[in-house]
Amino acid sequence: MNSLIPLLVAVPLAGAALLLLGGRALDRFGHWLGTLAAAGSFGIGLVLFAEMLGRPTDQRPVREFLYSWIPVNGFQADVAFQLDQLSMTFVLLITGVGTLIHVYSTGYMAHDERRRRFFGYLNLFLAAMLLLVLADNYLLLYVGWEGVGLASYLLIGFWQHKPSAATAAKKAFIVNRVGDLGLSIAIMLMFVEFGSFAFGPVFGAADDASEGKLTAIGLMLLLAACGKSAQVPLQSWLGDAMEGPTPVSALIHAATMVTAGVYLITRSSAIFDLAPDAQTAVVAVGTVTLLFGAIVGCAKDDIKKALAGSTMSQIGYMVLAAGLGPIGYVFAIMHLVTHGFFKAGLFLGAGSVMHGMNDEVNMRHYGGLRKYMPVTFATFGLGYLAIIGFPGLSGFFSKDKIIEAAFSKGGTEGWILGLCALVGAAVTAFYMTRVMMMTFFGEKRWQPDPETGEEPHPHESPKVMTLPMVVLAVGSVFAGALFTYGDAFLKWLEPVTGFEEGHPPIPAAAVTVLTTVCMLAGVGLAYTMYGRTRVPVTPPVGSALTRAARRDLLQDDFNHAVLVRPGSALAATLVWFDSRGLDGFVNGLAATIGGVSGRLRRVQTGFVRTYALSMFGGTLVLVATTLLMRSV
Amino acid sequence: MNPVNYLYLSALLFTIGASGVLIRRNAIVLFMCVELMLNASNLALVTFSRMHGNLDGQIIAFFTMVVAAAEVVVGLAIIVSIFRTRHTASVDDSNLMKL
Amino acid sequence: MTSTGEAVQFWVLAVIAVGGALGMLLMKKAVHSALCLAATMLALAVCYMAQGAVFLGVVQIVVYTGAIMMLFLFVVMLVGVTSADSLKEQLKGQRFAAVLCGLGFGVLLIAGLANAKLHSFTGLSEANAEGNVQGLARLIFTKYVWAFEVTGALLITAAIGAMVLTHREYVQKPKTQRELASQRVKDNLQVPPMPAPGVYARHNAVDIPGLLPDGTVAEDSVMGTLRERGQIRDVSQEMLQRMAELEESTADWLGRPSSARPVTPEQRAALETVPTKEKKKEDEA
Repeated sequence: MNSLIPLLVAVPLAGAALLLLGGRALDRFGHWLGTLAAAGSFGIGLVLFAEMLGRPTDQRPVREFLYSWIPVNGFQADVAFQLDQLSMTFVLLITGVGTLIHVYSTGYMAHDERRRRFFGYLNLFLAAMLLLVLADNYLLLYVGWEGVGLASYLLIGFWQHKPSAATAAKKAFIVNRVGDLGLSIAIMLMFVEFGSFAFGPVFGAADDASEGKLTAIGLMLLLAACGKSAQVPLQSWLGDAMEGPTPVSALIHAATMVTAGVYLITRSSAIFDLAPDAQTAVVAVGTVTLLFGAIVGCAKDDIKKALAGSTMSQIGYMVLAAGLGPIGYVFAIMHLVTHGFFKAGLFLGAGSVMHGMNDEVNMRHYGGLRKYMPVTFATFGLGYLAIIGFPGLSGFFSKDKIIEAAFSKGGTEGWILGLCALVGAAVTAFYMTRVMMMTFFGEKRWQPDPETGEEPHPHESPKVMTLPMVVLAVGSVFAGALFTYGDAFLKWLEPVTGFEEGHPPIPAAAVTVLTTVCMLAGVGLAYTMYGRTRVPVTPPVGSALTRAARRDLLQDDFNHAVLVRPGSALAATLVWFDSRGLDGFVNGLAATIGGVSGRLRRVQTGFVRTYALSMFGGTLVLVATTLLMRSV
Repeated sequence: MNPVNYLYLSALLFTIGASGVLIRRNAIVLFMCVELMLNASNLALVTFSRMHGNLDGQIIAFFTMVVAAAEVVVGLAIIVSIFRTRHTASVDDSNLMKL
Repeated sequence: MTSTGEAVQFWVLAVIAVGGALGMLLMKKAVHSALCLAATMLALAVCYMAQGAVFLGVVQIVVYTGAIMMLFLFVVMLVGVTSADSLKEQLKGQRFAAVLCGLGFGVLLIAGLANAKLHSFTGLSEANAEGNVQGLARLIFTKYVWAFEVTGALLITAAIGAMVLTHREYVQKPKTQRELASQRVKDNLQVPPMPAPGVYARHNAVDIPGLLPDGTVAEDSVMGTLRERGQIRDVSQEMLQRMAELEESTADWLGRPSSARPVTPEQRAALETVPTKEKKKEDEA
């Protein structure tokens, strides 16, 4: 059965290869081929899952050695897969949500002439992501990590004819590269410290390593996670990445790619557990990001960017939980899975709305859409209830646990983290209600197309698009309850990540009540602001905070001032040095040689007698030398 | 008289020939100068042969004559073909190799 | 030490040889240079014989002076016997440098010879015991047989090379005389035969153009090659003038009216020759 594991990666990879190399012959049915590849991978995942459930807990993790990749003395890199409960969770999430998004894309991209290529990229993305979570060593994980970066670059910039999309793709790629540098440094540190980068030996030897080195590795891993998961300070690419087609946003920037950082931290739990300073950094990053993303989400009028802020914020929750150690790992992953459901559903819903509104993204031009798009409204609404943590829905269970775990950290730290998470929950409720109100409620604020002057005619999307939304909505409703029932998820994941019961300073029930109250307060505030009063078509000036949040809390300005400007100045200096100093020297040398040659050239008169004279002169010298040597 | 005088004569003729090659411009005269140089060396060879008392020097001079004959044939053919195309026998006019 | 007779002979021959060489170097016309060189070669031939190289002396006369120098003269005729080589140097510093090099070289050679210890010599009486030709033949066909064979290959190559170099390929079939004649009639340019050179002129040399009945020069009567070289000698204007005077006095004597007298030809400008490259250059210089 283990031999099925490589197929998980191989099937979508083959699909990608076929679609990207197959040419126009595949144009007609290429999208179904891509969907089939994703579904096939999901099917294999299900078979492996069923088989894994059939084994006793301690025999569940399996390792499949494929071949030795770089066999050098003292440096052994294998292509080997490890499938344990953590990987299994990710495999099912990636392939399951991925398949649904493939199905959705067949409808969403129906009129795009480069659809086959799009599905090729989607398959490539799935393959890379699966490689990332299935790898049994950091080097192979790095391959998947880079593959994900590449696929996301291709997908964000899919509409490359739009300069904004091309720029966004580059931005995502470059910012990710900063994180990748962290991962590569971490791998090198591991190799130097442990002589290996396979999970088993590294985690086994972590106990004996010094804390300082573990902290260094942990911080580098955190940097990598920040890049991939859009955490402060490497968060700036996520908002722009919404330039890609909406299914891409759903797949990459909600359900799978951004979770890679959380996966990395959870997978490296053995390292983080022994490096409290690194853990503190993780927690700090998560907390800052969850508030940061939430604030940005409140100010955005672009529906996708509002959801992107939300994503950032929710990933912040997960990173926060992962940084808490064994008390949080399980909940981080649980929130990740439920978030995968409802955020994918929300993005697909947003895509459906845009599909019906001539690709309009400004929520101020929406309004009153619930009558026109009932299915979208219903599924989006369920996703909305799930994300704000409405009691009984999936987000409620997972987020509540994280807030509880944050309080359990203990001491002042615990209080600060818990309160921040609570505030985050309230803000989440606020901005999601705002999105809901502005999109589906209130009067129509539809604007004619600025180019064609056409009034939008909102309509429900085709079945092929609504069906995945319905499935995801069902997931967002029931996943949380299913996971929490009898602590099923906890028991499933505990053998891998470990678990430690948290002891919050206030009773767990009180946390739940507090969370719900905060949520209701957020909803209420948003309802007053956007449900009861008219939403102006042109955005009001707003407070300084709003204006900053509209500009993504000045993150780009910050990057520009702190990184880009000095970088440009340095480059300009180097250019000056290069063109004046180096080029001057080189050009001067060339000019000197050229001038000397120009003068020497005149020696070549072309007259045979001149040449004869030089020969004769040479003979003269030879004879003179010979006679001189003899006489001496 | 010492036969070395023949060698002095040979050196003198050789030098005159070499200077002629450098000074004259008519290709035919140039060629004659080369022939003079060859003859001068032949004289030296013959004199050496006499000095050493064997005939090897004369043999070499003989071969020199044969080679000179062949050289003259080809050289004059070249001059004729150059004259045909360029209507001049001056070596200064054939300076197309100049940059 | 050699005999006094040989010493006298040497000094005479040396003067002839050096004089010939200098003459070759300094003569303006190629044909004079060739003759000077022939003199030098003959002097050298006698030198060879005086030194016991009888065979080489004969070969020098027969092959060098007889064959090679005649070949030279033949080419000189082909290229233009009167085309004088301008002795004006055109390469800056060439002559000075050449003379300097020549002097230096000569001085070095003579100094080298003077330093060499060449006071005794063996003489060829022993080597030439069975005869100079036999001695040479023995060496050529034994010790130097391989070089001799190679020399044969060299001569054949040179002969073929000379043929290839001077060979002119006809791009199209050459026209026959009949075709040329019909072409002349068709073009109606020169139907009667070309005028012969020297008609009505004082000489009948090939380089003097014939005159047409009205006294003008028929350039076509001179060979194309000569025209190209600018070697046409014009009929002297005085002769024409004198002929005109003669006709005038005849008319006076016969008492012819002025209308019946021939028109006196006007003083014609000297015949312009086709400028050659050499000429042009000199004009420019």
